[in-house]
Formats: sequence, structure tokens, C-alpha cells
Amino acid sequence: MRRYSPKDNVQKKAKYTDRFWVAPNVPREEVEEGSFFATVLENLKNDNVEVLDSYVEIGQLVVHIKPEQNIAALKSLKESSCFKMCSELSAVDYLAQDGEFEIFYQMLNLDEAKRARVETRIKQDQAIESIVPLFDMAKFAEREMYDMFGIYVNNHPYLKRILMPDDWHGHPLLKTYPLQGDEAASWYEVDKIFGKEYRDIIGPEIRDPARIDRYDTQRFARVGHEVPFGADPELVDKTETKIEDGYSKTVLVDYTTGSKELENRR
Amino acid sequence: MAQHQVNYASSAGLPVVLTSADKLINWGRSNSLWPLTYGLACCAIEMMASGASRFDFDRMGVIFRASPRQADVMILAGTLTKKHAEFTRRLYDQMAEPKWVISMGSCANTGGMFNTYAIVQGVDRIVPVDIYLPGCAPRPETLQYAMMMLQKKIRRESANMNKNKKQRFI
Repeated sequence: MRRYSPKDNVQKKAKYTDRFWVAPNVPREEVEEGSFFATVLENLKNDNVEVLDSYVEIGQLVVHIKPEQNIAALKSLKESSCFKMCSELSAVDYLAQDGEFEIFYQMLNLDEAKRARVETRIKQDQAIESIVPLFDMAKFAEREMYDMFGIYVNNHPYLKRILMPDDWHGHPLLKTYPLQGDEAASWYEVDKIFGKEYRDIIGPEIRDPARIDRYDTQRFARVGHEVPFGADPELVDKTETKIEDGYSKTVLVDYTTGSKELENRR
Repeated sequence: MAQHQVNYASSAGLPVVLTSADKLINWGRSNSLWPLTYGLACCAIEMMASGASRFDFDRMGVIFRASPRQADVMILAGTLTKKHAEFTRRLYDQMAEPKWVISMGSCANTGGMFNTYAIVQGVDRIVPVDIYLPGCAPRPETLQYAMMMLQKKIRRESANMNKNKKQRFI
């Protein structure tokens, strides 16, 4: 018997599962005494930033902080530790795993050629403070974060979708968002251009790469030209000579069950 | 009475060419197909190459126009995102009749490798397509061939566009 797996709460499950080999975590090293990163942590402490966790990953300092302190932490890094550049800012969807988003800020110190990452975790309905007063690059990056994950950013000067159209439904980078789009996405262009009443005329999206429309005499030719090119679709049933059961029985043999054909071949 | 009256019926034949209006109009239309300068993705690079001197679209009377008002053909060269579909349709609507559409490359034909939420799965969902041009990306020769096939199609059609079979919508 198959092992029973609880089927309630299916909707909440992430649609995404790892299809390929997942690399193990990168080794985490302690911050060495007297190193540059140790002084960075010291500066953070002096600026009253609570560091939840800190370690070095591939020569990069990783600092975990509380979400309310993101401005304070980045300000400390920028002003006290000379991390003058924020090169990237985004979120990671860990909703299925932990019920949280991870927001990360990738910082760069150009004088020391050192990088640091500030990580913080927020719940799904929680908002985060904008870092635009510190780094102008956050204008676009935070808009993208809002667009892709639906994370609200407080006090952002112009929080609006950046990649998807303004009237888009849903946030595509969430792991619960289907890759081929939800209902709203699949009709988006039809609804927008022609209106909802045209859905029936245009029909659903065709995502089957091997689809053949029997009644489309323009784009799908018959093997033996049974139906002339561009013939009236209504003629297909009349003119097309039916191929007798034929090949599927002789060519395709079910190897799991014994049959006469299989015996003949052997 | 003029002395040198030409007798058309007997001397060099009539200086008259007999043809049908359809043929004459379609001759004009098919030999000056002006596409819209409109590239969407990497196929547009091939389209530009087709227009440039090496492949030379001009010799076929195909001259890219920067305004939809002056264009006859819309070459949809590349991936059409759902966000952009609205504007493609608007450009198509702005083109004057008669107008034709070439869907260039896999992405425009079916969405191609972009089997995702953000890409229109075939531009025939929003505009009626005359020629589907396969390839990823099609070589300029292929686009030239598509243009020649379109010319062929135009010559075969009635000059009265209302008589021609249209696609399911429009």
C-alpha cells in the first residue's frame, strides 16, 4: 500500500519543488578577531544595531538583523564602515518553508574591496521601511521587490509595479505563483485589448507543443493530402478518408501484457 | 484630316495592355510592401540585417517605414510580452488598410521557449497573421522568402480586401 500523505492544506503548498540536485550550503566561517569584518560588527554594535547572527560566507560578511532596524543597520554600514554602495536588494520567498520572506541587502565597500550582506526576515503581511534616503538605487529595486513578491515598502517615493503591467494580478516571483500564469494572466492580453466577451472567440492559450488541430486546413496538412490545403473546415469530416485502425495496433505493442503481435515479433 | 494617322489595328499593335483591375492593383501592392520599423527581440536583429545592404530588402520594394500610417506590413520580430501586446495591437490598428502581418520566429508564432506567464502564446491571439515564419531566429534569407510568399499571397488575393477570407476575429 502507498503511504498516506495528508491532503489537506494542498493550496498552501508551494508549487515549486526542487527538480534537480541542490547544492549543499556554503561553509560558514566565524568572523576572525581583528579582521575588517570584526570592526564592522563593532561599528554596528556602537550604532545600537542588534545583530542576531553574523558569519563569513565565501569572504563575505553576512549579518542578520531585525526588520525594524534595516535603516539603522545600513546607515551604520554606510557611514561608519564605509560600505558606500548597495549593489542589490531583493527578497527570497521562504513562505512554504518558514512562513517568512527573507530580504537581503548586498553592500559593497569600494575602499576595502569587501562585500557584506544584510539579511532580515519579515512575515507575509509585514511591511519594510524604504532605504531610499540612504541609497537611491533602492527606488527601482524596492519597486521590483514589491512587484515580484508583493512586499510593501513604507515611505517609498513611488511604489508602483516596475516589470509587470500596473493592472496585473498577483506577484510572479512567489513560489505559489504558477509558472504558466494564473487565470487572470492567461486572459490578460485578450481582456485588455478586446474585452472579456472576446474570450470565447479567441479561446484559451495553447501551450501544448504537439497540438494538431484537425479542422485547421491551413496550418496542418494531412500526411497523404487527404484534405486539400485551405479547404472548408466543415469538409474535413466529409472528404477525409478514414485511416483504418491500422498502425497503432501493429506498430505500438504493449510490452507489459502479452499479445499475438508480440509473439509474432519475437 | 491628319496625314499621319496611325492605324492602331494594323501597324504596331495597340498601345494597350489588357489586364484586370485586381492584377494591376495587386501588382502595385505586392511590389511596394513597406514594413513597419518594429522590432521586439533578437529576431529584430535579423530583420535589420535583411534591411541592410548585404541582404538588401530595398531591391524588392520593401522599405522600412518609421510610422504605422505609412506601413503596409507589420513584421512581428521577436517575443511579445503581455505587457506590450496592447501597444502592438494599437500599432496594428493605426496602420492603414490594406495591411498584412508576418509573424517572425518561434516566439511570435507560439510563444516559443517562453512557456511562461508573461509572454503572449502566439501573436495570432491579438492580430491576424498572414505568414508564419519558423526559426529561432530565422535567417535574413528566410525573412526574404517570407516576404516573397506574402507577395505571392497578395497577387493571388482579390484587390478588394473585403472579399478576402479573414481570420476568426477582426
